Amino acid sequence: MLTAENIGKNFSGIAALSDVSIALHPGKVTAIIGENGAGKSTLMKILSGVYTTYEGRILWKNEEVRFANPREAQSCGIAIIHQELNLIPDLTITQNIFLGREITNSWNFLDQKAMELRTKEILDKLKLFVAPNTLIRDLKLGQQQIVEIAKALLYDSEVIIMDEPTSAISDAEVEVLFTIIEDLRNEQKSIVYISHKLDELFKIADQYIVLRDGKVTERGDMQGVSQDDIITKMVGREIKVMEKGTRTNNSDELLSVENLSLRKNHNKNNLLLDDISFKLNSGEILGVFGLMGAGRTELLESILGLHPTNCESKIAIKNKIVKLKSPISAIKAGIVLVPEDRKKDGLFLGLDVATNISMSILKDIQEFGLISEEKELKLVDEYTKTLQIKTASPKLQVKNLSGGNQQKVVLARYLATKPIVLMLDEPTRGIDVNAKNEIYKLIVTLAKAGLGVIVVSSELPEILTLSDRIMVMAEGKITGMFNAADVSEDAILKAAIPKTI
Amino acid sequence: MQIAPYLSRISKFQSTIALFLLCILLSFLSDKFLTVDNGWNVLRQISVNICISVGMTLVVLTAGIDLSVGSVLAFSGAIAAGLLKSGITFPEQDLFIGFTILGTLIAGILTGSALGFFNGWVITKFKVPPFVATLAMLTIARGFTMLWTKGYPISGLGNNFAIIGTGWFLGVPILVWIAAIIIFLAIIICNKTPLGRYIYAIGGNENAAKLSGININKVKIIVYSIAGGLAAIGGIMVTSRLDSAQPNAGMSYELDAIAAVVIGGTSLSGGRGTIIGTVLGAIIIGVLNNGLVLLDVSPFWQQVVKGMVILLAVIIDKANSKTE
Repeated sequence: MLTAENIGKNFSGIAALSDVSIALHPGKVTAIIGENGAGKSTLMKILSGVYTTYEGRILWKNEEVRFANPREAQSCGIAIIHQELNLIPDLTITQNIFLGREITNSWNFLDQKAMELRTKEILDKLKLFVAPNTLIRDLKLGQQQIVEIAKALLYDSEVIIMDEPTSAISDAEVEVLFTIIEDLRNEQKSIVYISHKLDELFKIADQYIVLRDGKVTERGDMQGVSQDDIITKMVGREIKVMEKGTRTNNSDELLSVENLSLRKNHNKNNLLLDDISFKLNSGEILGVFGLMGAGRTELLESILGLHPTNCESKIAIKNKIVKLKSPISAIKAGIVLVPEDRKKDGLFLGLDVATNISMSILKDIQEFGLISEEKELKLVDEYTKTLQIKTASPKLQVKNLSGGNQQKVVLARYLATKPIVLMLDEPTRGIDVNAKNEIYKLIVTLAKAGLGVIVVSSELPEILTLSDRIMVMAEGKITGMFNAADVSEDAILKAAIPKTI
Repeated sequence: MQIAPYLSRISKFQSTIALFLLCILLSFLSDKFLTVDNGWNVLRQISVNICISVGMTLVVLTAGIDLSVGSVLAFSGAIAAGLLKSGITFPEQDLFIGFTILGTLIAGILTGSALGFFNGWVITKFKVPPFVATLAMLTIARGFTMLWTKGYPISGLGNNFAIIGTGWFLGVPILVWIAAIIIFLAIIICNKTPLGRYIYAIGGNENAAKLSGININKVKIIVYSIAGGLAAIGGIMVTSRLDSAQPNAGMSYELDAIAAVVIGGTSLSGGRGTIIGTVLGAIIIGVLNNGLVLLDVSPFWQQVVKGMVILLAVIIDKANSKTE
């Protein structure tokens, strides 16, 4: 159906893709696998008309095409769902889905009813049960992802490219997505699926293509290959999935949270978090699992003091009651949060690596009111070494680093404050397998050094790999607390599913 | 041969090159332009705009804007002039407080900083957008100036006060010294102090700055206070040069300051820009003004040309950041 032959693409002299050929067939799901920077996104952007200069040729139904822009690709029937969401927060779901292709009546006015009806249809199909006139701003990240998919469905596309569609959504929503993909496959659509999560690919893909450094290193049918085989081909060497280190269980209590509740705005009856209590010991990794909307992120934010007016709680650090009214007081007390969305909340993209790392402790490296360059470089050097941050120079702008290294930069900034409790929200979102393992090792090392670690993740394997104890949340409440050693995935998922419906 | 790397290297010095070309052009067009006297004249004229623009740069780096600087300049200048001339009298207590020159300078600068502080407080405490908060202050401070001066200039401030605006020190006008010191201090603040880092951080990504434990409100209030204080210094400079505090002083100065900041390559969305860039921007505007006067271009056309230059500068800047 869609064939690309000998595709090559250079970015200022560096080859991002060379001699890549792929063929997509109706009713098949093709997985594109590769580390960050392997050229997956570049290839997809060429196929969908985002990049217009490239070597090689693209055949659409046996005719050579050269898309001048994404709109041309769309009208041919190729839709792409980008890794980063392209929605306008202050418009409704309907307005976003129909943006640029609104239905009008014979007077050339917008036909609101027809559009909302169609939106409702698609949303129902995607099992997103919210009103079509809901603002995107009021949706959770996972729900926004589904709206993005709805957009592609509206085009009646024949080829649908999904670039990391599950990086922001929880496992239950992934299941929904998979049934959608199954339906699309039965309708003889061709799906291209890009993901770091290999187990997902095994569930849904028919064929796979592995990219490494812009070249195809392997391709074939999904059946009969093992996960380890593919990982080997991605990185060109064997990597072992991390084994959980055994740590001596320390009984020093670092953090205790009692009766934490968070109101939505000023509405007393509308609780986002309801009576949360838990304890965290030194050297312990507490995994927090829950579906979208369970309140995991809100819990971390509340502990950090980001919701001082709506939140009530009794928090003690090392048995001393503390009042955390802002991140400033939290950091002083020894609690830090590595946020979920590193570009939006973590990094200063326009500033260099060194500045990004030293930002929270400038007061400690100043002499007579001026920042000591010597002390700063020493600090940065120390952290780039221990965290193995790969950067050409500490003066390199942080936006030029890969996702994994960017995440380490954020981590370095917070570790530099010498925290007691480290909270990580989705620490490996959008990071390739290799960097993921490095981050896991780091987290374990930090726990071994005596830190208390809280990890929020929507990936169950991640939670199981890292945690000593697993706290499951649903609809703002704790619905389960398990020892990681003797719990099944089923038990965790069961606890995570809301009971009220 | 690849020219892109060379172009990007050149683009870093685009304002310097533009200024250089402008100077060459003007020295061909007018034999009065490239003289020592005219040189000092230009520098003296732009020193006030530099003071304001430096403060404006700090504000813009935090992704804010300060429209009130012109009015704050007028009010602070008028306060200084009024206190110097008549002091304060409390008739009931039969009390009179006179002011030395130093006293009036301090009072003037404190006035400006206080108004700036108020701007910062309103912006951080009530989350009023900077554009609106400082637009309100533009009117409020102008109104205070009219009330304080009753609409008449305060003149006859004495030779000692006039030295600031007309005197020379080590062969350089005192106005230029003041501007130079302010530039120097601002560069130190931007590049060497935690405050400077916080300013860039807040403008670059306020969410991340908050999570990093930066006291955003405090930094913003300090920045607006500095901008107010610098506007006040500008006010004293203007008042001293004219030997008179005009109730209409500083009208639309905020626009010249924003123009200097923008021509200097500072992004209005914050986080990116330099003090040196702004200084070059202010010099370009100053040289352009001076050149157009020397060439006897009508004042009406001068405004048109200035506007075009601002547009051109931003368009070139946009084109450059795209090629990056």
